[in-house]
Amino acid sequence: MAFETIDRTAKQLVLTLQDYSVFAYRALLNLFRPPVYWSDFLVQSDIIGFGSLSIVVLSGLSTGGVLALQSAATLSAFGAAAVTGQFVSLTMIRELGPVLTGVMVSGRNASSMASELGSMVVTEQIDAMRALGVDPIRKLVTPRIFSSIAMLFFLTILADAFGIVGGGLVTVFLNHQNGTQYLNMAWEHLRFPDIVQGLIKPLFFGYILSSIGCFYGLRTTGGTQGVGRSTIQAVVTASVLIIFVDFVITRLLLNVFASWI
Amino acid sequence: MDLSPSTHLVHEPASKAEASPVLSFSHVTLAFEGPPVLDDITFSVAPDETRILLGPAGVGKSVLLKLANGLLSPDSGGVYLFGEDISHMDEELLFSMRTRTGMVFQEGALFDSLTVRDNVAYQLIQEDVDEEEIDARVREALRFVELEQTFDLFPASLSGGMRRRVAIARALIHKPDLLLYDSPTGGLDPVTSTTIIELIVKQRDVYHTPSLLVTHRLQDAFTMCTHRFDPASGRMVPLPEGQTDPHTTFLMLSEGRLIFDGSLAQLVTSQDAFVREFLS
Repeated sequence: MAFETIDRTAKQLVLTLQDYSVFAYRALLNLFRPPVYWSDFLVQSDIIGFGSLSIVVLSGLSTGGVLALQSAATLSAFGAAAVTGQFVSLTMIRELGPVLTGVMVSGRNASSMASELGSMVVTEQIDAMRALGVDPIRKLVTPRIFSSIAMLFFLTILADAFGIVGGGLVTVFLNHQNGTQYLNMAWEHLRFPDIVQGLIKPLFFGYILSSIGCFYGLRTTGGTQGVGRSTIQAVVTASVLIIFVDFVITRLLLNVFASWI
Repeated sequence: MDLSPSTHLVHEPASKAEASPVLSFSHVTLAFEGPPVLDDITFSVAPDETRILLGPAGVGKSVLLKLANGLLSPDSGGVYLFGEDISHMDEELLFSMRTRTGMVFQEGALFDSLTVRDNVAYQLIQEDVDEEEIDARVREALRFVELEQTFDLFPASLSGGMRRRVAIARALIHKPDLLLYDSPTGGLDPVTSTTIIELIVKQRDVYHTPSLLVTHRLQDAFTMCTHRFDPASGRMVPLPEGQTDPHTTFLMLSEGRLIFDGSLAQLVTSQDAFVREFLS
Protein backbone atom coordinates (compact mmCIF):
# COMPACT_ATOMS: atom_id res chain seq x y z
CA MET A 1 0.00 0.00 0.00
CA ALA A 2 2.79 2.37 1.04
CA PHE A 3 4.81 1.38 -2.03
CA GLU A 4 1.82 2.12 -4.28
CA THR A 5 1.46 5.57 -2.74
CA ILE A 6 5.16 6.33 -3.25
CA ASP A 7 4.96 5.00 -6.79
CA ARG A 8 1.90 7.14 -7.58
CA THR A 9 3.43 10.26 -6.02
CA ALA A 10 6.71 9.79 -7.88
CA LYS A 11 4.90 9.35 -11.19
CA GLN A 12 2.78 12.42 -10.45
CA LEU A 13 5.90 14.44 -9.72
CA VAL A 14 7.62 13.35 -12.92
CA LEU A 15 4.47 14.10 -14.93
CA THR A 16 4.15 17.56 -13.35
CA LEU A 17 7.81 18.28 -14.12
CA GLN A 18 7.32 17.15 -17.70
CA ASP A 19 4.19 19.30 -18.09
CA TYR A 20 5.96 22.30 -16.56
CA SER A 21 8.96 21.91 -18.87
CA VAL A 22 6.78 21.79 -21.99
CA PHE A 23 4.69 24.71 -20.71
CA ALA A 24 7.72 26.87 -19.83
CA TYR A 25 9.39 26.10 -23.16
CA ARG A 26 6.28 27.06 -25.15
CA ALA A 27 5.85 30.26 -23.16
CA LEU A 28 9.47 31.28 -23.80
CA LEU A 29 9.38 30.40 -27.47
CA ASN A 30 6.25 32.48 -28.07
CA LEU A 31 8.17 35.73 -27.61
CA PHE A 32 10.11 35.02 -30.79
CA ARG A 33 7.11 34.03 -32.94
CA PRO A 34 4.27 36.33 -33.98
CA PRO A 35 1.77 37.37 -32.82
CA VAL A 36 3.38 38.95 -29.75
CA TYR A 37 0.90 40.78 -27.53
CA TRP A 38 2.92 43.90 -26.67
CA SER A 39 -0.06 45.74 -25.20
CA ASP A 40 -0.57 42.88 -22.71
CA PHE A 41 3.15 43.07 -21.92
CA LEU A 42 2.76 46.76 -20.99
CA VAL A 43 -0.38 46.15 -18.93
CA GLN A 44 1.30 43.34 -17.01
CA SER A 45 4.45 45.43 -16.51
CA ASP A 46 2.31 48.09 -14.88
CA ILE A 47 0.54 45.56 -12.65
CA ILE A 48 3.68 43.64 -11.67
CA GLY A 49 6.18 46.50 -11.65
CA PHE A 50 4.38 49.60 -10.46
CA GLY A 51 1.96 47.54 -8.36
CA SER A 52 4.80 45.94 -6.39
CA LEU A 53 6.70 49.20 -5.88
CA SER A 54 5.46 49.95 -2.37
CA ILE A 55 6.12 46.49 -0.90
CA VAL A 56 9.58 46.34 -2.47
CA VAL A 57 10.57 49.81 -1.24
CA LEU A 58 9.28 49.15 2.28
CA SER A 59 10.85 45.71 2.59
CA GLY A 60 14.14 47.07 1.18
CA LEU A 61 14.20 49.95 3.67
CA SER A 62 13.40 47.71 6.63
CA THR A 63 15.87 45.01 5.68
CA GLY A 64 18.69 47.49 5.19
CA GLY A 65 17.84 49.07 8.54
CA VAL A 66 17.74 45.72 10.35
CA LEU A 67 21.06 44.71 8.77
CA ALA A 68 22.69 47.91 10.03
CA LEU A 69 21.20 47.47 13.49
CA GLN A 70 22.27 43.85 13.86
CA SER A 71 25.70 44.19 12.28
CA ALA A 72 26.72 47.34 14.15
CA ALA A 73 26.58 45.58 17.53
CA THR A 74 28.64 42.60 16.33
CA LEU A 75 31.09 44.66 14.30
CA SER A 76 31.68 47.07 17.23
CA ALA A 77 32.85 44.15 19.35
CA PHE A 78 35.74 43.75 16.87
CA GLY A 79 36.24 47.48 16.49
CA ALA A 80 34.95 47.30 12.94
CA ALA A 81 31.76 49.35 13.16
CA ALA A 82 33.07 51.48 10.31
CA VAL A 83 32.49 48.67 7.80
CA THR A 84 28.71 48.63 8.39
CA GLY A 85 28.20 50.34 5.03
CA GLN A 86 30.21 47.71 3.20
CA PHE A 87 28.34 44.92 4.99
CA VAL A 88 24.90 46.33 4.25
CA SER A 89 25.56 47.15 0.59
CA LEU A 90 27.23 43.84 -0.24
CA THR A 91 24.54 41.80 1.54
CA MET A 92 21.73 43.74 -0.08
CA ILE A 93 23.15 43.75 -3.60
CA ARG A 94 24.45 40.18 -3.71
CA GLU A 95 21.78 38.34 -1.74
CA LEU A 96 18.95 39.98 0.12
CA GLY A 97 17.91 42.46 -2.56
CA PRO A 98 17.23 39.85 -5.26
CA VAL A 99 15.90 37.13 -2.94
CA LEU A 100 13.65 39.38 -0.86
CA THR A 101 12.28 41.10 -3.93
CA GLY A 102 11.72 37.73 -5.59
CA VAL A 103 9.87 36.33 -2.59
CA MET A 104 7.83 39.50 -1.99
CA VAL A 105 6.84 39.85 -5.65
CA SER A 106 6.12 36.13 -5.76
CA GLY A 107 3.77 36.46 -2.79
CA ARG A 108 1.95 39.26 -4.54
CA ASN A 109 2.06 38.27 -8.20
CA ALA A 110 2.48 34.48 -8.42
CA SER A 111 -0.63 34.25 -6.23
CA SER A 112 -2.48 36.78 -8.33
CA MET A 113 -1.54 35.00 -11.58
CA ALA A 114 -2.55 31.59 -10.22
CA SER A 115 -5.89 32.83 -8.89
CA GLU A 116 -6.70 34.93 -11.97
CA LEU A 117 -5.90 32.19 -14.47
CA GLY A 118 -7.44 29.55 -12.17
CA SER A 119 -10.70 31.51 -12.06
CA MET A 120 -10.60 31.79 -15.84
CA VAL A 121 -10.20 28.00 -16.08
CA VAL A 122 -13.12 27.17 -13.78
CA THR A 123 -15.41 29.68 -15.51
CA GLU A 124 -14.42 28.21 -18.91
CA GLN A 125 -12.88 31.50 -20.07
CA ILE A 126 -9.67 29.69 -21.04
CA ASP A 127 -11.67 27.18 -23.12
CA ALA A 128 -13.59 30.10 -24.62
CA MET A 129 -10.29 31.74 -25.59
CA ARG A 130 -9.10 28.51 -27.22
CA ALA A 131 -12.46 28.13 -28.96
CA LEU A 132 -12.03 31.65 -30.36
CA GLY A 133 -8.74 30.57 -31.92
CA VAL A 134 -6.43 32.33 -29.44
CA ASP A 135 -3.57 30.55 -27.69
CA PRO A 136 -3.93 31.21 -23.93
CA ILE A 137 -0.22 30.58 -23.36
CA ARG A 138 0.72 33.16 -25.95
CA LYS A 139 -1.93 35.66 -24.85
CA LEU A 140 -1.83 35.26 -21.05
CA VAL A 141 1.38 33.51 -20.02
CA THR A 142 4.12 34.91 -22.26
CA PRO A 143 3.39 38.60 -21.45
CA ARG A 144 3.30 37.80 -17.72
CA ILE A 145 6.63 35.96 -17.85
CA PHE A 146 8.50 38.65 -19.73
CA SER A 147 6.96 41.47 -17.71
CA SER A 148 7.98 39.70 -14.51
CA ILE A 149 11.56 39.22 -15.70
CA ALA A 150 11.90 42.86 -16.79
CA MET A 151 10.16 44.34 -13.77
CA LEU A 152 11.92 42.18 -11.18
CA PHE A 153 15.24 43.40 -12.58
CA PHE A 154 14.32 47.04 -11.89
CA LEU A 155 12.54 46.31 -8.63
CA THR A 156 15.68 44.58 -7.35
CA ILE A 157 17.77 47.67 -8.14
CA LEU A 158 15.24 49.74 -6.19
CA ALA A 159 15.24 47.29 -3.27
CA ASP A 160 19.06 47.41 -3.20
CA ALA A 161 19.07 51.21 -3.24
CA PHE A 162 16.42 51.54 -0.54
CA GLY A 163 18.15 48.86 1.54
CA ILE A 164 21.36 50.92 1.53
CA VAL A 165 19.34 54.05 2.34
CA GLY A 166 17.59 52.21 5.21
CA GLY A 167 20.95 51.02 6.54
CA GLY A 168 22.29 54.58 6.27
CA LEU A 169 19.37 56.05 8.19
CA VAL A 170 19.83 53.55 11.04
CA THR A 171 23.61 54.10 11.02
CA VAL A 172 23.25 57.88 11.31
CA PHE A 173 20.18 58.29 13.52
CA LEU A 174 20.23 55.20 15.75
CA ASN A 175 23.85 54.04 15.78
CA HIS A 176 25.10 57.65 15.72
CA GLN A 177 27.88 56.91 13.25
CA ASN A 178 29.21 59.00 10.42
CA GLY A 179 26.98 59.01 7.35
CA THR A 180 29.71 59.92 4.87
CA GLN A 181 31.85 57.05 6.12
CA TYR A 182 28.87 54.67 5.73
CA LEU A 183 28.29 55.74 2.13
CA ASN A 184 31.98 55.62 1.26
CA MET A 185 32.29 52.10 2.61
CA ALA A 186 29.07 51.05 0.89
CA TRP A 187 30.30 52.34 -2.47
CA GLU A 188 34.07 51.79 -2.49
CA HIS A 189 34.01 48.08 -1.77
CA LEU A 190 31.48 47.25 -4.42
CA ARG A 191 33.00 45.35 -7.35
CA PHE A 192 31.76 44.33 -10.75
CA PRO A 193 31.02 40.66 -9.80
CA ASP A 194 28.87 41.81 -6.88
CA ILE A 195 26.65 43.86 -9.17
CA VAL A 196 26.52 41.14 -11.85
CA GLN A 197 25.52 38.56 -9.25
CA GLY A 198 22.80 40.80 -7.93
CA LEU A 199 21.40 41.58 -11.36
CA ILE A 200 21.51 38.10 -12.87
CA LYS A 201 19.45 36.55 -10.09
CA PRO A 202 16.23 38.58 -10.60
CA LEU A 203 16.12 37.41 -14.24
CA PHE A 204 15.80 33.82 -13.03
CA PHE A 205 13.51 34.68 -10.13
CA GLY A 206 11.15 36.65 -12.39
CA TYR A 207 10.91 33.68 -14.72
CA ILE A 208 10.32 31.26 -11.84
CA LEU A 209 7.59 33.22 -10.07
CA SER A 210 5.60 34.00 -13.21
CA SER A 211 5.90 30.61 -14.91
CA ILE A 212 5.00 28.79 -11.68
CA GLY A 213 2.07 31.15 -11.02
CA CYS A 214 0.68 30.71 -14.54
CA PHE A 215 1.38 26.96 -14.60
CA TYR A 216 -0.58 26.25 -11.42
CA GLY A 217 -3.31 28.66 -12.47
CA LEU A 218 -3.88 26.91 -15.79
CA ARG A 219 -3.86 23.47 -14.11
CA THR A 220 -6.68 24.42 -11.76
CA THR A 221 -9.41 21.84 -11.27
CA GLY A 222 -12.21 21.56 -8.73
CA GLY A 223 -14.00 24.91 -8.83
CA THR A 224 -13.34 27.77 -6.43
CA GLN A 225 -11.73 25.45 -3.90
CA GLY A 226 -9.30 24.44 -6.62
CA VAL A 227 -8.44 28.09 -7.25
CA GLY A 228 -7.44 28.47 -3.59
CA ARG A 229 -5.36 25.29 -3.80
CA SER A 230 -3.57 26.47 -6.95
CA THR A 231 -2.79 29.82 -5.37
CA ILE A 232 -1.19 28.22 -2.32
CA GLN A 233 0.78 25.75 -4.46
CA ALA A 234 2.01 28.56 -6.70
CA VAL A 235 3.26 30.79 -3.87
CA VAL A 236 4.86 27.95 -1.91
CA THR A 237 6.55 26.38 -4.95
CA ALA A 238 7.76 29.73 -6.33
CA SER A 239 9.16 30.89 -2.97
CA VAL A 240 10.94 27.61 -2.27
CA LEU A 241 12.30 27.44 -5.82
CA ILE A 242 13.58 31.01 -5.63
CA ILE A 243 15.54 30.24 -2.46
CA PHE A 244 16.87 26.97 -3.87
CA VAL A 245 17.82 28.48 -7.25
CA ASP A 246 19.50 31.37 -5.39
CA PHE A 247 21.79 28.83 -3.75
CA VAL A 248 22.61 27.17 -7.08
CA ILE A 249 23.24 30.48 -8.89
CA THR A 250 25.35 31.82 -6.04
CA ARG A 251 27.51 28.70 -6.09
CA LEU A 252 27.92 28.91 -9.86
CA LEU A 253 28.66 32.63 -9.94
CA LEU A 254 31.15 32.40 -7.08
CA ASN A 255 33.03 29.85 -9.18
CA VAL A 256 32.81 32.00 -12.29
CA PHE A 257 34.05 35.12 -10.47
CA ALA A 258 36.51 33.29 -8.22
CA SER A 259 39.45 35.22 -9.64
CA TRP A 260 37.76 38.60 -9.00
CA ILE A 261 36.86 37.96 -5.36
CA MET B 1 -38.68 12.51 -43.72
CA ASP B 2 -39.06 9.10 -42.18
CA LEU B 3 -41.67 9.27 -39.43
CA SER B 4 -41.71 5.59 -38.61
CA PRO B 5 -41.03 4.67 -34.99
CA SER B 6 -37.45 3.98 -34.06
CA THR B 7 -36.86 1.14 -31.65
CA HIS B 8 -33.16 0.63 -32.31
CA LEU B 9 -30.04 2.73 -32.23
CA VAL B 10 -29.68 4.39 -35.61
CA HIS B 11 -26.26 5.77 -36.38
CA GLU B 12 -27.17 7.73 -39.50
CA PRO B 13 -28.89 11.09 -38.98
CA ALA B 14 -32.56 11.13 -39.84
CA SER B 15 -32.06 13.73 -42.53
CA LYS B 16 -29.40 11.92 -44.54
CA ALA B 17 -26.68 14.23 -45.71
CA GLU B 18 -25.92 14.12 -49.40
CA ALA B 19 -23.13 16.63 -48.92
CA SER B 20 -20.19 15.73 -46.71
CA PRO B 21 -20.90 16.44 -43.04
CA VAL B 22 -19.43 19.51 -41.35
CA LEU B 23 -18.80 17.43 -38.23
CA SER B 24 -18.66 13.72 -37.70
CA PHE B 25 -17.69 11.42 -34.85
CA SER B 26 -16.48 7.93 -35.68
CA HIS B 27 -16.34 5.39 -32.84
CA VAL B 28 -15.10 8.01 -30.38
CA THR B 29 -14.18 6.87 -26.87
CA LEU B 30 -12.86 9.00 -24.03
CA ALA B 31 -12.17 8.25 -20.36
CA PHE B 32 -10.79 10.30 -17.46
CA GLU B 33 -9.26 7.96 -14.88
CA GLY B 34 -12.14 5.48 -14.72
CA PRO B 35 -14.88 4.09 -16.94
CA PRO B 36 -15.36 5.81 -20.32
CA VAL B 37 -17.24 9.11 -20.23
CA LEU B 38 -18.01 8.58 -23.91
CA ASP B 39 -18.07 5.11 -25.39
CA ASP B 40 -18.03 4.35 -29.13
CA ILE B 41 -19.86 7.52 -30.23
CA THR B 42 -20.70 7.78 -33.92
CA PHE B 43 -22.85 10.48 -35.52
CA SER B 44 -22.56 13.41 -37.91
CA VAL B 45 -23.88 16.92 -38.49
CA ALA B 46 -24.81 17.70 -42.08
CA PRO B 47 -24.69 21.17 -43.65
CA ASP B 48 -27.86 23.09 -42.77
CA GLU B 49 -28.66 20.63 -39.97
CA THR B 50 -29.36 21.42 -36.31
CA ARG B 51 -28.71 18.50 -34.00
CA ILE B 52 -30.00 18.52 -30.44
CA LEU B 53 -28.06 16.34 -28.03
CA LEU B 54 -30.26 15.27 -25.13
CA GLY B 55 -29.35 13.48 -21.94
CA PRO B 56 -29.40 13.85 -18.17
CA ALA B 57 -26.80 15.93 -16.32
CA GLY B 58 -23.31 14.42 -16.02
CA VAL B 59 -23.70 12.03 -18.94
CA GLY B 60 -20.87 13.54 -21.02
CA LYS B 61 -22.73 16.01 -23.24
CA SER B 62 -20.38 18.92 -22.61
CA VAL B 63 -17.37 16.64 -23.04
CA LEU B 64 -18.72 15.58 -26.42
CA LEU B 65 -19.12 19.22 -27.43
CA LYS B 66 -15.52 20.00 -26.42
CA LEU B 67 -14.34 17.08 -28.55
CA ALA B 68 -16.19 18.59 -31.50
CA ASN B 69 -13.78 21.51 -31.84
CA GLY B 70 -10.67 19.90 -30.43
CA LEU B 71 -10.76 21.35 -26.91
CA LEU B 72 -10.38 17.71 -25.84
CA SER B 73 -8.85 14.77 -27.71
CA PRO B 74 -10.44 11.32 -27.81
CA ASP B 75 -8.64 8.22 -26.55
CA SER B 76 -9.71 6.38 -29.68
CA GLY B 77 -11.84 6.99 -32.77
CA GLY B 78 -11.90 10.02 -35.05
CA VAL B 79 -13.45 13.48 -34.91
CA TYR B 80 -13.76 15.07 -38.35
CA LEU B 81 -14.35 18.82 -38.49
CA PHE B 82 -14.95 20.23 -41.97
CA GLY B 83 -13.58 16.97 -43.34
CA GLU B 84 -10.30 17.09 -41.41
CA ASP B 85 -9.39 14.68 -38.66
CA ILE B 86 -8.84 16.86 -35.58
CA SER B 87 -8.67 14.05 -33.04
CA HIS B 88 -4.92 14.41 -32.57
CA MET B 89 -4.22 17.57 -34.50
CA ASP B 90 -1.52 19.95 -33.26
CA GLU B 91 -2.95 22.75 -31.09
CA GLU B 92 -1.42 25.44 -33.36
CA LEU B 93 -3.34 24.05 -36.36
CA LEU B 94 -6.49 23.70 -34.28
CA PHE B 95 -6.55 27.43 -33.50
CA SER B 96 -7.18 28.26 -37.14
CA MET B 97 -9.77 25.44 -37.44
CA ARG B 98 -11.63 26.79 -34.43
CA THR B 99 -12.01 30.24 -35.95
CA ARG B 100 -14.52 28.58 -38.30
CA THR B 101 -16.66 27.42 -35.40
CA GLY B 102 -18.64 29.40 -32.84
CA MET B 103 -19.14 28.04 -29.35
CA VAL B 104 -21.59 29.16 -26.67
CA PHE B 105 -20.53 27.95 -23.23
CA GLN B 106 -22.79 26.89 -20.37
CA GLU B 107 -22.45 30.09 -18.34
CA GLY B 108 -21.46 32.27 -21.28
CA ALA B 109 -17.74 32.26 -20.38
CA LEU B 110 -17.44 35.98 -21.08
CA PHE B 111 -14.12 37.63 -20.21
CA ASP B 112 -14.75 39.51 -16.96
CA SER B 113 -12.10 42.16 -17.55
CA LEU B 114 -13.42 43.17 -20.98
CA THR B 115 -16.50 45.16 -21.96
CA VAL B 116 -19.33 43.55 -23.91
CA ARG B 117 -17.96 45.26 -27.03
CA ASP B 118 -14.50 43.75 -26.52
CA ASN B 119 -15.93 40.35 -25.62
CA VAL B 120 -18.03 40.17 -28.77
CA ALA B 121 -15.19 41.59 -30.87
CA TYR B 122 -12.53 39.35 -29.32
CA GLN B 123 -11.72 37.42 -32.48
CA LEU B 124 -11.80 40.53 -34.65
CA ILE B 125 -9.45 42.39 -32.28
CA GLN B 126 -6.95 39.52 -32.47
CA GLU B 127 -7.11 39.76 -36.26
CA ASP B 128 -6.37 43.53 -36.16
CA VAL B 129 -9.62 44.43 -37.91
CA ASP B 130 -10.22 48.17 -38.30
CA GLU B 131 -11.81 49.74 -35.19
CA GLU B 132 -14.74 51.24 -37.08
CA GLU B 133 -15.52 47.93 -38.72
CA ILE B 134 -15.31 46.22 -35.34
CA ASP B 135 -17.81 48.66 -33.83
CA ALA B 136 -20.21 48.19 -36.74
CA ARG B 137 -20.02 44.40 -36.62
CA VAL B 138 -20.37 44.28 -32.84
CA ARG B 139 -23.45 46.49 -32.99
CA GLU B 140 -24.90 44.26 -35.71
CA ALA B 141 -24.28 41.12 -33.62
CA LEU B 142 -25.69 42.76 -30.48
CA ARG B 143 -28.71 43.94 -32.43
CA PHE B 144 -29.30 40.32 -33.49
CA VAL B 145 -29.50 39.30 -29.83
CA GLU B 146 -31.39 42.51 -28.97
CA LEU B 147 -28.75 43.79 -26.56
CA GLU B 148 -27.31 46.80 -28.37
CA GLN B 149 -27.63 48.92 -25.22
CA THR B 150 -25.03 46.76 -23.41
CA PHE B 151 -22.21 47.79 -25.78
CA ASP B 152 -20.08 49.54 -23.11
CA LEU B 153 -21.07 47.45 -20.08
CA PHE B 154 -18.96 44.87 -18.29
CA PRO B 155 -20.24 41.25 -17.98
CA ALA B 156 -20.57 41.62 -14.20
CA SER B 157 -23.46 44.05 -14.69
CA LEU B 158 -25.42 41.65 -16.94
CA SER B 159 -28.02 39.09 -15.88
CA GLY B 160 -27.50 35.38 -16.59
CA GLY B 161 -29.75 35.49 -19.63
CA MET B 162 -28.05 38.59 -21.01
CA ARG B 163 -24.66 36.93 -20.63
CA ARG B 164 -25.84 33.98 -22.72
CA ARG B 165 -27.15 36.33 -25.38
CA VAL B 166 -23.84 38.21 -25.48
CA ALA B 167 -22.10 34.82 -25.74
CA ILE B 168 -24.31 34.00 -28.74
CA ALA B 169 -23.40 37.35 -30.32
CA ARG B 170 -19.71 36.55 -29.76
CA ALA B 171 -20.13 33.15 -31.40
CA LEU B 172 -21.95 34.64 -34.39
CA ILE B 173 -19.80 37.68 -35.16
CA HIS B 174 -17.30 35.74 -37.23
CA LYS B 175 -20.07 34.09 -39.28
CA PRO B 176 -19.00 30.55 -38.30
CA ASP B 177 -19.50 27.43 -40.39
CA LEU B 178 -20.60 25.43 -37.33
CA LEU B 179 -22.19 26.48 -34.06
CA LEU B 180 -21.83 24.57 -30.80
CA TYR B 181 -24.21 25.41 -27.94
CA ASP B 182 -23.46 24.00 -24.50
CA SER B 183 -26.70 24.05 -22.44
CA PRO B 184 -27.52 27.64 -23.47
CA THR B 185 -30.64 27.70 -21.27
CA GLY B 186 -29.27 25.84 -18.26
CA GLY B 187 -30.16 27.53 -14.96
CA LEU B 188 -32.37 30.18 -16.58
CA ASP B 189 -36.01 30.92 -15.84
CA PRO B 190 -38.59 29.74 -18.44
CA VAL B 191 -39.15 33.20 -19.94
CA THR B 192 -35.43 33.87 -20.43
CA SER B 193 -34.96 30.32 -21.75
CA THR B 194 -37.60 30.95 -24.39
CA THR B 195 -35.80 34.18 -25.39
CA ILE B 196 -32.55 32.24 -25.85
CA ILE B 197 -34.27 29.46 -27.81
CA GLU B 198 -35.95 32.10 -29.98
CA LEU B 199 -32.51 33.51 -30.80
CA ILE B 200 -31.19 30.06 -31.68
CA VAL B 201 -34.22 29.40 -33.91
CA LYS B 202 -33.72 32.83 -35.49
CA GLN B 203 -30.08 32.01 -36.15
CA ARG B 204 -31.04 28.61 -37.62
CA ASP B 205 -33.70 30.04 -39.94
CA VAL B 206 -31.89 33.25 -40.94
CA TYR B 207 -28.27 32.12 -41.35
CA HIS B 208 -28.84 28.34 -41.69
CA THR B 209 -25.58 27.61 -39.89
CA PRO B 210 -25.29 23.92 -38.96
CA SER B 211 -25.26 23.48 -35.22
CA LEU B 212 -24.96 21.01 -32.39
CA LEU B 213 -26.93 21.97 -29.28
CA VAL B 214 -26.57 20.26 -25.94
CA THR B 215 -29.44 20.41 -23.47
CA HIS B 216 -31.23 18.38 -20.84
CA ARG B 217 -34.41 20.46 -21.22
CA LEU B 218 -36.90 18.63 -23.40
CA GLN B 219 -39.14 21.66 -23.65
CA ASP B 220 -36.39 23.69 -25.33
CA ALA B 221 -35.64 20.86 -27.74
CA PHE B 222 -39.30 20.44 -28.71
CA THR B 223 -39.78 24.20 -29.08
CA MET B 224 -36.88 24.35 -31.51
CA CYS B 225 -38.32 21.52 -33.54
CA THR B 226 -41.90 22.79 -33.64
CA HIS B 227 -41.26 26.51 -34.26
CA ARG B 228 -39.79 28.70 -36.96
CA PHE B 229 -38.61 32.28 -37.10
CA ASP B 230 -41.01 34.65 -38.80
CA PRO B 231 -39.03 37.50 -40.40
CA ALA B 232 -42.16 39.61 -40.86
CA SER B 233 -43.04 39.78 -37.17
CA GLY B 234 -39.46 39.32 -36.01
CA ARG B 235 -40.62 36.60 -33.61
CA MET B 236 -40.64 32.82 -33.29
CA VAL B 237 -43.97 31.29 -34.34
CA PRO B 238 -45.29 27.71 -34.10
CA LEU B 239 -45.25 25.55 -37.20
CA PRO B 240 -48.64 24.27 -38.38
CA GLU B 241 -50.04 21.38 -36.34
CA GLY B 242 -48.21 18.11 -37.05
CA GLN B 243 -45.24 19.78 -38.78
CA THR B 244 -41.70 19.86 -37.45
CA ASP B 245 -38.53 21.49 -38.71
CA PRO B 246 -37.01 18.92 -41.09
CA HIS B 247 -33.46 20.07 -40.39
CA THR B 248 -33.67 19.70 -36.61
CA THR B 249 -32.92 16.20 -35.35
CA PHE B 250 -32.05 14.52 -32.07
CA LEU B 251 -29.32 12.53 -30.39
CA MET B 252 -29.54 11.06 -26.92
CA LEU B 253 -26.74 10.02 -24.58
CA SER B 254 -27.02 7.64 -21.68
CA GLU B 255 -24.10 6.47 -19.56
CA GLY B 256 -21.61 7.56 -22.19
CA ARG B 257 -23.31 5.76 -25.07
CA LEU B 258 -25.37 7.19 -27.89
CA ILE B 259 -28.72 5.47 -27.56
CA PHE B 260 -30.78 7.47 -30.02
CA ASP B 261 -30.20 9.27 -33.31
CA GLY B 262 -33.22 10.40 -35.27
CA SER B 263 -36.12 12.77 -35.81
CA LEU B 264 -38.65 14.14 -33.33
CA ALA B 265 -41.27 11.68 -34.55
CA GLN B 266 -38.86 8.81 -34.06
CA LEU B 267 -37.94 10.13 -30.62
CA VAL B 268 -41.48 10.37 -29.26
CA THR B 269 -42.39 6.93 -30.55
CA SER B 270 -39.16 5.25 -29.46
CA GLN B 271 -39.62 2.03 -27.48
CA ASP B 272 -36.24 2.36 -25.78
CA ALA B 273 -36.81 2.21 -22.01
CA PHE B 274 -34.38 5.03 -21.22
CA VAL B 275 -35.77 7.31 -23.94
CA ARG B 276 -39.31 6.72 -22.69
CA GLU B 277 -38.28 7.42 -19.12
CA PHE B 278 -36.44 10.58 -20.17
CA LEU B 279 -39.43 11.81 -22.17
CA SER B 280 -41.84 11.11 -19.34
